Amino acid sequence: MFGFSFRQRKPSSAQTAKERLQILLAHERSSGGANPDFLPLLQRDILEVVRRHMQIDGDAVDIKLERSDDLSSLEINIELPYAKQLKTQGAG
Amino acid sequence: MSKVIVVTSGKGGVGKTTSSAAIGAGLATRGHKTVVIDFDVGLRNLDMIMGCERRVVFDFINVIQGDAKLKQALIKDRRLENLYVLPTSQTRDKDALTKEGVKAVLDELRQEFDYIVCDSPAGIERGAHLAMYYADEAVVVTNPEVSSVRDSDRVLGLLNSKTALAEKGDGSAVKAQLLLTRFDQNRSASGEMMSVEDVLEILAIPLLGIIPESTSVLKASNEGTPVSLDDKSPAGRAYLDAVGRLVGEQIEMRVNPGEQRRGFFQRLLGRTA
Repeated sequence: MFGFSFRQRKPSSAQTAKERLQILLAHERSSGGANPDFLPLLQRDILEVVRRHMQIDGDAVDIKLERSDDLSSLEINIELPYAKQLKTQGAG
Repeated sequence: MSKVIVVTSGKGGVGKTTSSAAIGAGLATRGHKTVVIDFDVGLRNLDMIMGCERRVVFDFINVIQGDAKLKQALIKDRRLENLYVLPTSQTRDKDALTKEGVKAVLDELRQEFDYIVCDSPAGIERGAHLAMYYADEAVVVTNPEVSSVRDSDRVLGLLNSKTALAEKGDGSAVKAQLLLTRFDQNRSASGEMMSVEDVLEILAIPLLGIIPESTSVLKASNEGTPVSLDDKSPAGRAYLDAVGRLVGEQIEMRVNPGEQRRGFFQRLLGRTA
Protein backbone atom coordinates (compact mmCIF):
# COMPACT_ATOMS: atom_id res chain seq x y z
CA MET A 1 0.00 0.00 0.00
CA PHE A 2 2.69 2.41 1.06
CA GLY A 3 5.25 1.79 -1.67
CA PHE A 4 2.53 2.35 -4.21
CA SER A 5 2.43 6.13 -3.92
CA PHE A 6 6.20 6.53 -3.78
CA ARG A 7 7.33 4.30 -6.59
CA GLN A 8 6.72 5.04 -10.20
CA ARG A 9 4.58 2.28 -11.59
CA LYS A 10 6.57 -0.25 -13.52
CA PRO A 11 4.96 -1.05 -16.84
CA SER A 12 3.06 -4.34 -16.77
CA SER A 13 4.61 -7.22 -18.65
CA ALA A 14 1.69 -7.13 -21.09
CA GLN A 15 2.50 -3.49 -21.83
CA THR A 16 6.14 -4.44 -22.37
CA ALA A 17 5.07 -7.20 -24.74
CA LYS A 18 2.89 -4.85 -26.75
CA GLU A 19 5.63 -2.26 -27.06
CA ARG A 20 8.22 -4.83 -28.10
CA LEU A 21 5.90 -6.13 -30.79
CA GLN A 22 5.00 -2.66 -32.05
CA ILE A 23 8.67 -1.75 -32.49
CA LEU A 24 9.62 -5.03 -34.12
CA LEU A 25 6.64 -5.25 -36.44
CA ALA A 26 6.96 -1.61 -37.52
CA HIS A 27 10.44 -2.45 -38.75
CA GLU A 28 9.47 -5.75 -40.34
CA ARG A 29 6.49 -4.24 -42.15
CA SER A 30 8.34 -1.18 -43.38
CA SER A 31 10.99 -3.35 -45.00
CA GLY A 32 8.30 -5.19 -46.97
CA GLY A 33 7.87 -7.95 -44.46
CA ALA A 34 11.58 -8.53 -44.61
CA ASN A 35 14.39 -8.26 -42.14
CA PRO A 36 17.40 -6.33 -43.37
CA ASP A 37 18.60 -8.82 -45.92
CA PHE A 38 20.45 -6.00 -47.60
CA LEU A 39 23.07 -6.11 -44.87
CA PRO A 40 25.22 -8.83 -46.43
CA LEU A 41 25.14 -6.85 -49.68
CA LEU A 42 25.95 -3.62 -47.86
CA GLN A 43 28.87 -5.35 -46.20
CA ARG A 44 30.16 -6.58 -49.54
CA ASP A 45 29.86 -3.09 -51.04
CA ILE A 46 31.68 -1.46 -48.14
CA LEU A 47 34.49 -3.97 -48.43
CA GLU A 48 34.76 -3.28 -52.13
CA VAL A 49 34.88 0.49 -51.71
CA VAL A 50 37.42 0.41 -48.90
CA ARG A 51 39.57 -2.03 -50.87
CA ARG A 52 39.91 0.52 -53.65
CA HIS A 53 41.99 2.54 -51.24
CA MET A 54 43.65 0.03 -48.95
CA GLN A 55 44.09 -3.67 -48.33
CA ILE A 56 41.73 -5.04 -45.68
CA ASP A 57 40.65 -8.53 -44.63
CA GLY A 58 37.33 -10.03 -45.65
CA ASP A 59 36.22 -10.10 -42.04
CA ALA A 60 37.52 -6.65 -41.17
CA VAL A 61 34.04 -5.16 -41.52
CA ASP A 62 31.66 -5.54 -38.61
CA ILE A 63 28.05 -4.38 -38.88
CA LYS A 64 25.71 -3.94 -35.93
CA LEU A 65 22.11 -2.84 -35.97
CA GLU A 66 20.12 -1.59 -33.00
CA ARG A 67 16.42 -0.87 -33.34
CA SER A 68 14.24 1.16 -31.04
CA ASP A 69 10.90 2.91 -31.49
CA ASP A 70 12.06 6.33 -32.63
CA LEU A 71 15.60 5.60 -33.75
CA SER A 72 17.58 2.81 -35.34
CA SER A 73 21.30 2.91 -35.56
CA LEU A 74 23.60 1.13 -37.94
CA GLU A 75 27.10 0.77 -36.58
CA ILE A 76 29.84 -0.11 -39.02
CA ASN A 77 33.30 -0.91 -37.74
CA ILE A 78 36.15 -1.34 -40.16
CA GLU A 79 39.37 -2.68 -38.81
CA LEU A 80 42.21 -0.99 -40.63
CA PRO A 81 45.39 -2.89 -41.41
CA TYR A 82 47.54 -0.04 -40.08
CA ALA A 83 46.05 -0.38 -36.59
CA LYS A 84 46.47 -4.12 -36.82
CA GLN A 85 50.16 -3.83 -37.71
CA LEU A 86 50.72 -1.49 -34.81
CA LYS A 87 49.05 -3.96 -32.50
CA THR A 88 51.16 -6.90 -33.66
CA GLN A 89 54.30 -4.78 -33.44
CA GLY A 90 53.35 -3.71 -29.94
CA ALA A 91 52.73 -7.30 -28.92
CA GLY A 92 55.94 -8.53 -30.52
CA MET B 1 33.51 -32.21 -25.31
CA SER B 2 30.64 -30.12 -26.57
CA LYS B 3 27.12 -31.44 -26.80
CA VAL B 4 24.43 -30.74 -29.36
CA ILE B 5 20.98 -30.92 -27.79
CA VAL B 6 17.82 -30.67 -29.88
CA VAL B 7 14.63 -29.41 -28.25
CA THR B 8 11.85 -30.97 -30.25
CA SER B 9 8.22 -32.12 -30.00
CA GLY B 10 6.45 -32.62 -33.30
CA LYS B 11 3.44 -30.67 -32.11
CA GLY B 12 3.50 -26.88 -32.09
CA GLY B 13 2.77 -24.67 -29.12
CA VAL B 14 3.92 -27.10 -26.45
CA GLY B 15 6.86 -24.95 -25.32
CA LYS B 16 9.89 -25.76 -27.46
CA THR B 17 11.14 -22.21 -27.75
CA THR B 18 10.33 -21.37 -24.12
CA SER B 19 12.20 -24.53 -23.10
CA SER B 20 15.15 -23.86 -25.43
CA ALA B 21 15.56 -20.37 -23.96
CA ALA B 22 15.14 -21.59 -20.38
CA ILE B 23 17.56 -24.50 -20.82
CA GLY B 24 20.12 -22.31 -22.62
CA ALA B 25 19.97 -19.70 -19.87
CA GLY B 26 20.14 -22.41 -17.20
CA LEU B 27 23.25 -23.95 -18.75
CA ALA B 28 24.90 -20.54 -19.08
CA THR B 29 24.07 -19.70 -15.45
CA ARG B 30 25.97 -22.82 -14.48
CA GLY B 31 29.01 -21.50 -16.31
CA HIS B 32 28.72 -23.56 -19.49
CA LYS B 33 29.31 -21.61 -22.67
CA THR B 34 26.04 -22.10 -24.50
CA VAL B 35 24.48 -21.10 -27.82
CA VAL B 36 20.81 -21.50 -28.69
CA ILE B 37 20.04 -21.84 -32.42
CA ASP B 38 16.67 -21.08 -33.97
CA PHE B 39 15.90 -23.67 -36.70
CA ASP B 40 12.43 -22.32 -37.48
CA VAL B 41 13.35 -20.65 -40.77
CA GLY B 42 10.79 -18.04 -41.84
CA LEU B 43 9.14 -17.83 -38.43
CA ARG B 44 11.82 -16.37 -36.23
CA ASN B 45 10.76 -16.31 -32.58
CA LEU B 46 13.62 -17.38 -30.34
CA ASP B 47 15.01 -13.82 -30.55
CA MET B 48 11.78 -12.44 -29.03
CA ILE B 49 11.64 -15.03 -26.26
CA MET B 50 15.27 -14.28 -25.40
CA GLY B 51 14.78 -10.53 -25.72
CA CYS B 52 17.37 -9.82 -28.40
CA GLU B 53 15.04 -9.15 -31.34
CA ARG B 54 16.30 -5.61 -31.84
CA ARG B 55 19.88 -6.73 -32.23
CA VAL B 56 19.52 -9.24 -35.06
CA VAL B 57 21.77 -8.31 -37.97
CA PHE B 58 22.88 -11.52 -39.62
CA ASP B 59 21.32 -14.93 -39.21
CA PHE B 60 21.90 -18.67 -39.42
CA ILE B 61 21.01 -18.72 -43.14
CA ASN B 62 23.43 -15.85 -43.92
CA VAL B 63 26.16 -17.93 -42.27
CA ILE B 64 25.21 -21.13 -44.13
CA GLN B 65 25.23 -19.26 -47.43
CA GLY B 66 28.56 -17.59 -46.69
CA ASP B 67 27.16 -14.05 -46.55
CA ALA B 68 28.28 -13.53 -42.98
CA LYS B 69 30.79 -14.96 -40.57
CA LEU B 70 29.50 -17.00 -37.67
CA LYS B 71 30.84 -14.53 -35.12
CA GLN B 72 28.91 -11.71 -36.80
CA ALA B 73 25.62 -13.59 -36.54
CA LEU B 74 26.01 -14.73 -32.92
CA ILE B 75 24.22 -12.39 -30.51
CA LYS B 76 25.68 -12.23 -27.04
CA ASP B 77 23.13 -12.18 -24.26
CA ARG B 78 23.17 -8.98 -22.21
CA ARG B 79 22.37 -10.73 -18.91
CA LEU B 80 24.55 -13.83 -19.01
CA GLU B 81 28.23 -13.91 -19.89
CA ASN B 82 28.14 -17.42 -21.40
CA LEU B 83 24.96 -17.21 -23.42
CA TYR B 84 24.64 -16.61 -27.16
CA VAL B 85 21.78 -16.74 -29.66
CA LEU B 86 22.02 -17.67 -33.33
CA PRO B 87 18.80 -16.31 -34.84
CA THR B 88 17.17 -17.74 -37.92
CA SER B 89 16.07 -15.92 -41.06
CA GLN B 90 12.67 -14.29 -41.14
CA THR B 91 12.56 -13.98 -44.91
CA ARG B 92 13.81 -17.24 -46.35
CA ASP B 93 12.11 -20.60 -46.31
CA LYS B 94 13.19 -23.90 -44.87
CA ASP B 95 14.83 -24.96 -48.14
CA ALA B 96 17.63 -22.54 -47.34
CA LEU B 97 18.79 -25.07 -44.74
CA THR B 98 21.11 -27.74 -46.09
CA LYS B 99 22.57 -30.73 -44.33
CA GLU B 100 26.12 -29.70 -45.24
CA GLY B 101 25.50 -26.09 -44.20
CA VAL B 102 24.07 -27.09 -40.83
CA LYS B 103 26.94 -29.50 -40.25
CA ALA B 104 29.55 -26.85 -41.05
CA VAL B 105 27.99 -24.35 -38.62
CA LEU B 106 27.60 -26.95 -35.85
CA ASP B 107 31.20 -28.11 -36.33
CA GLU B 108 32.42 -24.53 -35.97
CA LEU B 109 30.24 -23.98 -32.88
CA ARG B 110 31.53 -27.19 -31.31
CA GLN B 111 35.01 -25.64 -31.29
CA GLU B 112 33.89 -22.90 -28.97
CA PHE B 113 30.78 -23.91 -27.04
CA ASP B 114 30.08 -26.48 -24.34
CA TYR B 115 26.41 -26.78 -25.25
CA ILE B 116 24.62 -26.13 -28.53
CA VAL B 117 20.85 -26.06 -28.04
CA CYS B 118 18.87 -26.49 -31.28
CA ASP B 119 15.35 -25.06 -31.07
CA SER B 120 13.41 -27.19 -33.54
CA PRO B 121 10.40 -25.95 -35.51
CA ALA B 122 7.12 -27.83 -35.11
CA GLY B 123 6.34 -30.58 -37.55
CA ILE B 124 8.61 -33.24 -38.98
CA GLU B 125 9.72 -31.55 -42.17
CA ARG B 126 13.10 -30.27 -43.26
CA GLY B 127 13.68 -27.75 -40.45
CA ALA B 128 12.74 -30.21 -37.73
CA HIS B 129 14.72 -33.00 -39.39
CA LEU B 130 17.87 -30.89 -39.66
CA ALA B 131 17.49 -29.59 -36.09
CA MET B 132 17.66 -33.17 -34.79
CA TYR B 133 19.97 -34.67 -37.41
CA TYR B 134 23.32 -33.90 -35.75
CA ALA B 135 22.10 -34.05 -32.14
CA ASP B 136 23.82 -36.00 -29.40
CA GLU B 137 20.84 -35.64 -27.08
CA ALA B 138 17.18 -34.71 -27.42
CA VAL B 139 14.79 -32.99 -25.07
CA VAL B 140 11.31 -34.05 -26.13
CA VAL B 141 8.86 -31.39 -24.97
CA THR B 142 5.43 -32.85 -24.32
CA ASN B 143 2.18 -31.62 -22.81
CA PRO B 144 0.05 -34.12 -20.90
CA GLU B 145 -2.47 -34.12 -23.72
CA VAL B 146 -3.25 -36.79 -26.34
CA SER B 147 -2.11 -35.07 -29.54
CA SER B 148 1.14 -33.89 -28.00
CA VAL B 149 2.00 -37.35 -26.65
CA ARG B 150 1.20 -38.93 -29.99
CA ASP B 151 3.40 -36.46 -31.87
CA SER B 152 6.22 -36.96 -29.37
CA ASP B 153 6.07 -40.68 -30.02
CA ARG B 154 6.42 -39.99 -33.74
CA VAL B 155 9.40 -37.72 -33.09
CA LEU B 156 11.03 -40.40 -30.93
CA GLY B 157 10.72 -42.77 -33.89
CA LEU B 158 12.53 -40.23 -36.09
CA LEU B 159 15.25 -39.67 -33.48
CA ASN B 160 15.86 -43.41 -33.53
CA SER B 161 16.09 -43.68 -37.31
CA LYS B 162 16.68 -40.38 -39.12
CA THR B 163 19.65 -38.91 -37.29
CA ALA B 164 23.38 -39.04 -37.95
CA LEU B 165 23.93 -41.18 -34.84
CA ALA B 166 21.16 -43.63 -35.77
CA GLU B 167 22.45 -43.88 -39.34
CA LYS B 168 25.88 -44.95 -38.11
CA GLY B 169 24.28 -48.33 -37.57
CA ASP B 170 26.62 -49.28 -34.75
CA GLY B 171 24.00 -49.06 -32.04
CA SER B 172 24.63 -45.36 -31.40
CA ALA B 173 21.51 -43.41 -30.55
CA VAL B 174 20.43 -39.92 -29.67
CA LYS B 175 19.81 -39.86 -25.93
CA ALA B 176 16.20 -38.70 -25.67
CA GLN B 177 14.62 -37.43 -22.46
CA LEU B 178 11.11 -36.22 -21.73
CA LEU B 179 10.34 -32.70 -20.56
CA LEU B 180 6.70 -32.60 -19.50
CA THR B 181 5.46 -29.02 -19.72
CA ARG B 182 2.25 -27.23 -18.70
CA PHE B 183 1.63 -29.88 -16.08
CA ASP B 184 -1.11 -29.20 -13.54
CA GLN B 185 -0.76 -31.25 -10.40
CA ASN B 186 -4.29 -30.66 -9.18
CA ARG B 187 -5.97 -31.55 -12.45
CA SER B 188 -3.80 -34.63 -12.73
CA ALA B 189 -4.61 -35.68 -9.16
CA SER B 190 -8.31 -35.35 -9.87
CA GLY B 191 -8.03 -37.43 -13.03
CA GLU B 192 -8.69 -34.59 -15.48
CA MET B 193 -5.16 -34.71 -16.86
CA MET B 194 -2.86 -37.63 -17.57
CA SER B 195 -0.35 -38.22 -14.80
CA VAL B 196 3.42 -38.06 -15.24
CA GLU B 197 3.41 -41.84 -14.87
CA ASP B 198 0.82 -42.23 -17.63
CA VAL B 199 2.92 -40.24 -20.11
CA LEU B 200 6.12 -42.02 -19.11
CA GLU B 201 4.46 -45.39 -19.53
CA ILE B 202 3.41 -44.52 -23.08
CA LEU B 203 6.60 -42.86 -24.28
CA ALA B 204 9.00 -45.06 -22.30
CA ILE B 205 11.91 -42.61 -22.12
CA PRO B 206 13.66 -41.14 -19.07
CA LEU B 207 12.08 -38.08 -17.46
CA LEU B 208 14.19 -34.92 -17.55
CA GLY B 209 11.76 -32.67 -15.75
CA ILE B 210 8.21 -31.60 -15.02
CA ILE B 211 7.41 -27.96 -15.70
CA PRO B 212 4.25 -26.84 -13.93
CA GLU B 213 1.69 -24.70 -15.73
CA SER B 214 2.65 -21.25 -14.51
CA THR B 215 1.64 -17.66 -15.11
CA SER B 216 5.31 -16.68 -15.05
CA VAL B 217 5.88 -18.30 -18.45
CA LEU B 218 3.73 -15.70 -20.22
CA LYS B 219 5.27 -12.92 -18.16
CA ALA B 220 8.76 -14.08 -19.14
CA SER B 221 7.77 -14.21 -22.80
CA ASN B 222 6.20 -10.73 -22.58
CA GLU B 223 9.44 -9.36 -21.24
CA GLY B 224 11.83 -11.37 -23.38
CA THR B 225 13.50 -13.04 -20.42
CA PRO B 226 14.15 -16.80 -20.27
CA VAL B 227 11.81 -18.06 -17.53
CA SER B 228 14.66 -19.90 -15.80
CA LEU B 229 16.13 -16.50 -14.86
CA ASP B 230 13.05 -15.87 -12.70
CA ASP B 231 13.91 -17.75 -9.53
CA LYS B 232 10.60 -16.84 -7.93
CA SER B 233 8.76 -18.73 -10.62
CA PRO B 234 7.86 -22.41 -10.03
CA ALA B 235 8.37 -23.05 -13.75
CA GLY B 236 11.73 -21.27 -13.66
CA ARG B 237 12.91 -23.40 -10.75
CA ALA B 238 11.64 -26.55 -12.43
CA TYR B 239 13.67 -25.66 -15.54
CA LEU B 240 16.79 -25.14 -13.41
CA ASP B 241 16.26 -28.59 -11.88
CA ALA B 242 15.87 -30.07 -15.37
CA VAL B 243 19.10 -28.39 -16.48
CA GLY B 244 20.87 -29.86 -13.47
CA ARG B 245 19.70 -33.32 -14.54
CA LEU B 246 20.70 -32.59 -18.13
CA VAL B 247 24.31 -32.05 -17.02
CA GLY B 248 24.20 -35.25 -15.01
CA GLU B 249 23.25 -34.24 -11.49
CA GLN B 250 20.89 -36.26 -9.37
CA ILE B 251 18.02 -33.96 -8.45
CA GLU B 252 14.81 -35.06 -6.85
CA MET B 253 11.80 -34.77 -9.18
CA ARG B 254 9.38 -32.13 -7.89
CA VAL B 255 6.44 -30.45 -9.60
CA ASN B 256 6.77 -27.17 -7.75
CA PRO B 257 10.38 -26.98 -6.60
CA GLY B 258 10.70 -24.91 -3.47
CA GLU B 259 7.15 -25.56 -2.32
CA GLN B 260 6.18 -27.88 0.48
CA ARG B 261 3.27 -29.67 -1.19
CA ARG B 262 5.20 -32.68 -2.34
CA GLY B 263 3.20 -35.56 -0.91
CA PHE B 264 1.73 -36.62 -4.23
CA PHE B 265 5.05 -36.71 -5.95
CA GLN B 266 6.85 -38.49 -3.23
CA ARG B 267 4.20 -41.14 -3.55
CA LEU B 268 4.58 -41.12 -7.30
CA LEU B 269 8.34 -41.45 -7.13
CA GLY B 270 7.99 -44.20 -4.59
CA ARG B 271 6.07 -46.11 -7.21
CA THR B 272 8.22 -45.40 -10.21
CA ALA B 273 11.62 -45.67 -8.59
